[in-house]
Amino acid sequence: MVWTDTDPMVSIKDLHKSFGALEVLKGVSMDIMKGEVICIIGPSGSGKSTLIRCVNALNNFQSGSILVEGQEVNDPDLDKLELRKKVGMVFQQYNLFPHKTAIENIMMAPLLVLKDKKEDVEKLARGLIKKVRLEGKEDSYPGELSGGQQQRVAIARSLAMNPDVMLFDEVTAALDPETVNEVLQTIRDLAEDGMTCILVTHEMGFAREVADHIYFTDRGVIVEHGPPATFFDAAKDPRTIEFLGQIL
Amino acid sequence: MEAFYDWFRVLYETTGINLPFLYDSYDRDRMFFGFFMTIKLSLVCLFFSIIIGIIGAWLQNSPFKWTRRFMNGYIQLFRNTPPLVQLYFFYFAISSLLPTVSNGYGGQQPILGGFAWAAISLSFFAGAFNVEIFRSGIEAVPESTIEAAEALGFSRLTIYTHITMPLAIRVALPALNNNLVNLVKTTTLAYAIAVPEMLYEANQIWSDNVNVTEMMFFLLLVYFGLVGVLVWGMNSWERKLKLPGFGA
Ligand SMILES: Nc1ncnc2c1ncn2[C@@H]1O[C@H](COP(=O)(O)OP(=O)(O)O)[C@@H](O)[C@H]1O
Ligand SMILES: [Mg+2]
Repeated sequence: MVWTDTDPMVSIKDLHKSFGALEVLKGVSMDIMKGEVICIIGPSGSGKSTLIRCVNALNNFQSGSILVEGQEVNDPDLDKLELRKKVGMVFQQYNLFPHKTAIENIMMAPLLVLKDKKEDVEKLARGLIKKVRLEGKEDSYPGELSGGQQQRVAIARSLAMNPDVMLFDEVTAALDPETVNEVLQTIRDLAEDGMTCILVTHEMGFAREVADHIYFTDRGVIVEHGPPATFFDAAKDPRTIEFLGQIL
Repeated sequence: MEAFYDWFRVLYETTGINLPFLYDSYDRDRMFFGFFMTIKLSLVCLFFSIIIGIIGAWLQNSPFKWTRRFMNGYIQLFRNTPPLVQLYFFYFAISSLLPTVSNGYGGQQPILGGFAWAAISLSFFAGAFNVEIFRSGIEAVPESTIEAAEALGFSRLTIYTHITMPLAIRVALPALNNNLVNLVKTTTLAYAIAVPEMLYEANQIWSDNVNVTEMMFFLLLVYFGLVGVLVWGMNSWERKLKLPGFGA
């Protein structure tokens, strides 16, 4: 069967993942359509990071299926490079390459992985710098940038590969409160441009505003999910209600 | 120039301070020869010990248990034995086990001469330390930085050459600096197997001229200058590679 963009962009079915004897994901399923923004929320240790790291094969998993544009991630013959061209990821700790300037960080993957021409890549990178509103910071090293600026470089670095889906793992959790908004604005811009996004976040207001669908995970299962309005205002499961009560 | 040389002859005649390698062209040639032999031996050993360090650090992370054991055996052996004994071991024991070749005058001579054995022995000696130095550098590269590169689709080799190594070098540089300085000083051991390096040539000169005191002063100064140049070079390299917000 050939994947078309009326099928889910990412389709997760009955995903089970253990680290040794510790079962972290106990049968998680969700579908994300093209252009959708979904948010995963839940207590720390509930397996949110593990879940999204399975999507780009940074983690392997024991059973279940993840299809990215119809391609099975659990296939032993999976071409990880092909998968990672489609799926971009931004981490909580930015993880920029400290020995490269902002623009070099952005240019590295297109040059070394896609083997694109230097002039084209440089043009692309300058465009992305502009998009994440970091003009003037092209030649700064990560160590010379604030957390929020570094995180926006990380987003641009990921976008430079022209992915179809973006994964965000608590990307504002390490930031000072005053810089959280600049990063959220960048993600908001992306969502408005129609980028498919899977976000793990504790920013409830932001989730409510940008998400098409919210998933609440606890101890490796999805306890409850729904569109923001129903999820936030009419949560049914006591665990969800307790969590929302603590965080809001 | 001749006047300069003559001045030292006069110095000798009037004060008894005898520096024949300055006024006597035969001794001058010997000293120059020794000096350049020391430089040559140092450069060859620096080069190969660094290569051994890089390859060794890579082999230490090998998935094969026996490769790792072999590397550890090598490191322990060369770190925990005196370099002079190692040099003798190569020059007398290993050399005698190898076939000989005709010397063109009807006799037989060893395949490798003193210089080659000194280069091999000292490279392995310093290389053993370099392996450990590079390995600790590699271990200091955060796993999360490597993961970010994986998520962008970098291949293992690209990650090693473009991320791990450039960062590991920066961490390793101070210790490497130290070890390479030691290596240059240790090249004087080649004297023991009659490699005509600086100490050896100085010995020839003081045997002929009975000017041990002057030669000792001179040697000390030249090595001080030689090591000084190396330290200066390494320090400026360290400064050049220094990154804002990375490492110590
Ligand atoms: N590499 C790993 N090895 C062992 N256990 C892990 C590993 N990564 C995560 N875990 C465990 O899996 C559980 C879920 O972790 P994680 O997915 O990071 O949760 P969350 O992102 O929701 O806070 C935690 O108990 C954590 O300790
Ligand atoms: Mg997490």
